[in-house]
Amino acid sequence: MSAGPYVLRVNGNDHEVPDAHLGESLLWVLRERLGLPGSKNACEEGECGSCSVQVDGELVCSCLVLAAAAVGREVTTIEGLAPDGELADVQRAFVEAGAVQCGFCTPGLLMAVDTLLDDLPDGGDPDDLIVREAISGNLCRCTGYGRILEAVSIAADLRRGNRT
Amino acid sequence: MTDVRTEEPRTVQGAPRIGESAPRPDGIPKVNGSFAFSSDLWHDRMLWGGTLRSPHPSARIRSIDIGPAVAVTGVHAVLTSADVPGSPTYGLEHADQPVLASDVVRYEGEPVAIVAADHPDAVRRALDAIVVDYEVTTPLVDPGLAESSDPIHPDGNLIRRIHLRHGNQEVVGDVVVEGTYEVGMQDQAFLGPESGLAVPAEDGGVELFIATQWLHADRDQVAACLGLEPGLVRLTLAGVGGAFGAREDLSLHAHLCLLALHTHRPVKMVYSREESFHGHVHRHPARMWYRHHADRAGNLVRVEARLLLDGGAYASSSGAVIANATCFAAGPYRVPSADIEGVVVRTNNPPCGAMRGFGSVQACIGHEAQMDRLAAALGMDPVELRLRNVLATGDRLPTGQVITGTAPVAEVLRTCVDHPSAASLSGDPMSLPGGAGRTADPAHVRRGEAVALGFKNLMFSEGFDDSSSAICRLEGGVATVTCACAEVGQGFVTLAQQITREVLGVEEVVLAPAATATVGSAGSTSASRQSWMSGGAVQAACEEVRVRLLTSVADDRGVDPDELVLVEGRVVSLSGDFEADLASVTAEAIEAEVEFRHAPTSPLDENGQGDAHVSFAFSAHRAIVDVDCDLGLVKVVELTTSQDVGRLLNPLQAIGQIEGGAAQGVGLAVMEEVLVLDGRIRNASFTDYLVPTALDMPPVEIAALIEQPEPGAPFGAKGIGEPPSISSTAAVVAAIRAATELNLTHVPVRPTDIALAGA
Amino acid sequence: MTIARTLEDACTALAEHPDALLLAGGTDLMVGINRGQVGFDHVVVIDRVDELRGWRREGDELVLGAGLTYSEMGRGELPVLLPALAQAARTVGSPQIRNAGTLGGNLATSSPAGDTLPVLAALDATVVLRSSHGTRQLALDRFVTGVKQNALEPEELIEAVRVPVLDGPQEFLKVGTRNAMVISVASLALVVDRAGRSVRVGLGSVAPVPVRAIEAEAFVDGAIDWDTGSLPDAAVDRFSGLVAEAARPIDDQRGTAAYRSHAIGVLARRALRRAFSESAP
Repeated sequence: MSAGPYVLRVNGNDHEVPDAHLGESLLWVLRERLGLPGSKNACEEGECGSCSVQVDGELVCSCLVLAAAAVGREVTTIEGLAPDGELADVQRAFVEAGAVQCGFCTPGLLMAVDTLLDDLPDGGDPDDLIVREAISGNLCRCTGYGRILEAVSIAADLRRGNRT
Repeated sequence: MTDVRTEEPRTVQGAPRIGESAPRPDGIPKVNGSFAFSSDLWHDRMLWGGTLRSPHPSARIRSIDIGPAVAVTGVHAVLTSADVPGSPTYGLEHADQPVLASDVVRYEGEPVAIVAADHPDAVRRALDAIVVDYEVTTPLVDPGLAESSDPIHPDGNLIRRIHLRHGNQEVVGDVVVEGTYEVGMQDQAFLGPESGLAVPAEDGGVELFIATQWLHADRDQVAACLGLEPGLVRLTLAGVGGAFGAREDLSLHAHLCLLALHTHRPVKMVYSREESFHGHVHRHPARMWYRHHADRAGNLVRVEARLLLDGGAYASSSGAVIANATCFAAGPYRVPSADIEGVVVRTNNPPCGAMRGFGSVQACIGHEAQMDRLAAALGMDPVELRLRNVLATGDRLPTGQVITGTAPVAEVLRTCVDHPSAASLSGDPMSLPGGAGRTADPAHVRRGEAVALGFKNLMFSEGFDDSSSAICRLEGGVATVTCACAEVGQGFVTLAQQITREVLGVEEVVLAPAATATVGSAGSTSASRQSWMSGGAVQAACEEVRVRLLTSVADDRGVDPDELVLVEGRVVSLSGDFEADLASVTAEAIEAEVEFRHAPTSPLDENGQGDAHVSFAFSAHRAIVDVDCDLGLVKVVELTTSQDVGRLLNPLQAIGQIEGGAAQGVGLAVMEEVLVLDGRIRNASFTDYLVPTALDMPPVEIAALIEQPEPGAPFGAKGIGEPPSISSTAAVVAAIRAATELNLTHVPVRPTDIALAGA
Repeated sequence: MTIARTLEDACTALAEHPDALLLAGGTDLMVGINRGQVGFDHVVVIDRVDELRGWRREGDELVLGAGLTYSEMGRGELPVLLPALAQAARTVGSPQIRNAGTLGGNLATSSPAGDTLPVLAALDATVVLRSSHGTRQLALDRFVTGVKQNALEPEELIEAVRVPVLDGPQEFLKVGTRNAMVISVASLALVVDRAGRSVRVGLGSVAPVPVRAIEAEAFVDGAIDWDTGSLPDAAVDRFSGLVAEAARPIDDQRGTAAYRSHAIGVLARRALRRAFSESAP
């Protein structure tokens, strides 16, 4: 059934969603109506994390958010992570660590890692178990998570300003 | 439409070459979200496609009424088997699988009809509106009964039988151990759903943008089904979200093209995760009986085995899988006498085919369990027993083939075993079996450790005329490489650049899209073959360009071409007399296309004997597990591995393959099984088909990557993708046996197998 | 669609659209919507209703807002006041799910495997329901009535859950075949009320609804030396057996009845031993 047009605020910009159907998830609207296909659709039932975005700073599965109900929230997707075309620290770290193979899990993982680093208190390397728990909602079938953990360590360094 | 060119041509600082950890050229698009996977494609005026699938594993189709579906608002096409203009069937080894079912369905999920409509909601409504009158029949679900049951397919229920007999058949060992093992059905569970976009072309053909493993094999099958000349069916690789064997067969390819040609509109289709479980082949479940004979000193004397693989409804690549399982059933050991029969049969269970490891995974579970059983019977250390029997160059396999390439098996095993363990006894409840469920207390946990050794052939076998083509074009100092090798995440795109830089000394290497229209087949991204075959093709094409360039420059200068080399973007004479900028001497393009082949192999004869394989790779894993025996919950604490790699082409990418393959091995050992009951999948979702998360996967310690260059292999490099998924499962299961002292014979090991073992 | 700002908004919207779907975290509802299995005419979005969020203490009781997320259950003072609930929340899904999913959602879904439900059962929780007609309260065992069935009337929404603040150890244990994102195969919540000298046990995934192991509780209340906080092994064994008898599990793709019965007995033993040592110190 159709919903009236509504406005979503994504990556700092307002986007009007004109011909929406009410039942469409935020993932669907991002990908198919707003031209932001960076968030991925590996399962569409909240079991893989490939669709992860930040809504008001919190990591959620965009496939489980009703798009029309996200009005008034700040949505950040993978496309909004890198300011002006430069790579964000987490993105650089993933490339450097060899943490990208097929890349399908990568956007969701980057959102999870970005959230983790935002939430960590300053100082020290994030504990291995804390990192694993923070990304436990993101399935990766290619890497076995080894290089991803290395990337988190590199990104933590970058974020603390220990490296440039 | 979306730009499917997924690599950013750019000049790389330092131009990393062979042996270095060059960064992937598609890394940046993949981390910034701009990389176009097949499910991200979009086209103006495109329609959405969907598939109606059989809810029954076995039924006759009495009638199909598409009228109500055609009447749904927004529907542009509803097609059935009657609308398939060309060959009604397709298949990798045998064209035994219908594009759309006509009179019978043979597995739950078999495609019956396809729909194109304006919006996925309309597609769903149309699919719901199609009325199929099924006469349900009793499915054949026990592979043990397949050969004695009525055929469920005109080709019969036996897909392939191989009976390998080697050496003196009368010999009996002083010590004999028997065992029967079961391996459940694993799923590749790649993250990128089956998806693609078909665009009808003005010449009556069709452009298909698809995620797949073998563009040209797909094209040939699709063209045959469409009744079109292959040249009219043009496939371009769209971004692939993992494959692991599941994309070697057609899934939605022909369906998309049919809908596009019928509606004269671009059509996109994306499978849901549930549909994906029904939409691709799985790893063959196996029942394996073994009898190992040894003398008192621990030398293997004879191995007998009976392997039964359930191929499901259609043949796919089952013939090659059973050949592998049979050839490698006894493991990487000297076996003077063998009687091994491998059978793969047809049932109404979900179709099975290629998955990373391809028959060797199941075999390794069996042979390593047997070696441990034998060690126990002999009172011998399991590692000592293996070392006593491992293969080496010059040894003969149970297929009669002598290993002429490298085989550092003993070194693989020793380096793995000798590597110090970093596993500690953590007090954190999150690191115990059960994790956040807090079910275990340290007193309830037993630790076990074990080692497993595995091997497999690299590349295709049994006389298959395999090849890969590549084009190298050098113009204005920039090299462009065209190869149809499907990049599925393994990093071939990185290697292609490294090889080109190595041969031509260029910095900027552009990779043209992988497509059928512009270059010959690169073969399948499977069998750990692409570094050898497509790497070899790229190397050969670049080499031909190098030779032609230097000859031309030498002619101009009146010098011997051997005097000239390509270094860092310049042509330089060894004498130091002159140098020229590569861009200037390649103002006119130089281009070469090469079709690369490996040395030929032979078929297997009626006794399974023959020089059937090109090369072999070996790996070992040591697993340490913690087991909560009362609840049967397992935590894999550490994996250590050594692997025979020939030559490391890109260390960082190699680590990625080794860690990733081990994760799939861990999954099969403790949690992954497609549960099939009466032909129906009970867990077609990520809710209940469990793959390891970051909290399930241990660190993978690499003890040694053994580089003994393989003769005949480009750069001496062996393929590295499959071995990590082979010995890993066997090692984890053996470690669980050590911790529990239970005779565990089903893989994956379920909590109930441990907790209720006495019951 | 109505995006409610207040409880009154929500109740008014429900009165106008009695068949409307209620949407907070969406972690169960959206799965069905994505599959096209859930038809609806109206949605009332309640994730911004302040009255449903957070929690407060009222004397010896905690009033937990239906909008309390799993992540919030693990923050601040709640893990100290309700350790079993915090432990249960940590086992739900993934960080993404825990940020969105709510206590009210877990109750409204009424799954036999709902992770907070055994805890609420052990705490004798009261579910507070609200509509434009007023408020009513139901004990948990009156609220959850069957597999994915509950006593919510049309136009009603879950406003809050009332639980006691108890003095004593609490445990929550959950069996799953993976360490994250796993549906419970069997789970157990054990809470000790020292002042009342009683142990309460809630079981999950071993019956159509969350159950209390009443006989086991009655037995162990008498077996514990409440002055020293100890009890003998034999009593633990008996307790474990009685808990297993309270379970009515089934076979499904996640586990067999036999395994679940066995597992729940093991969980009972371990939870009790964590709460009470073997002998007087």
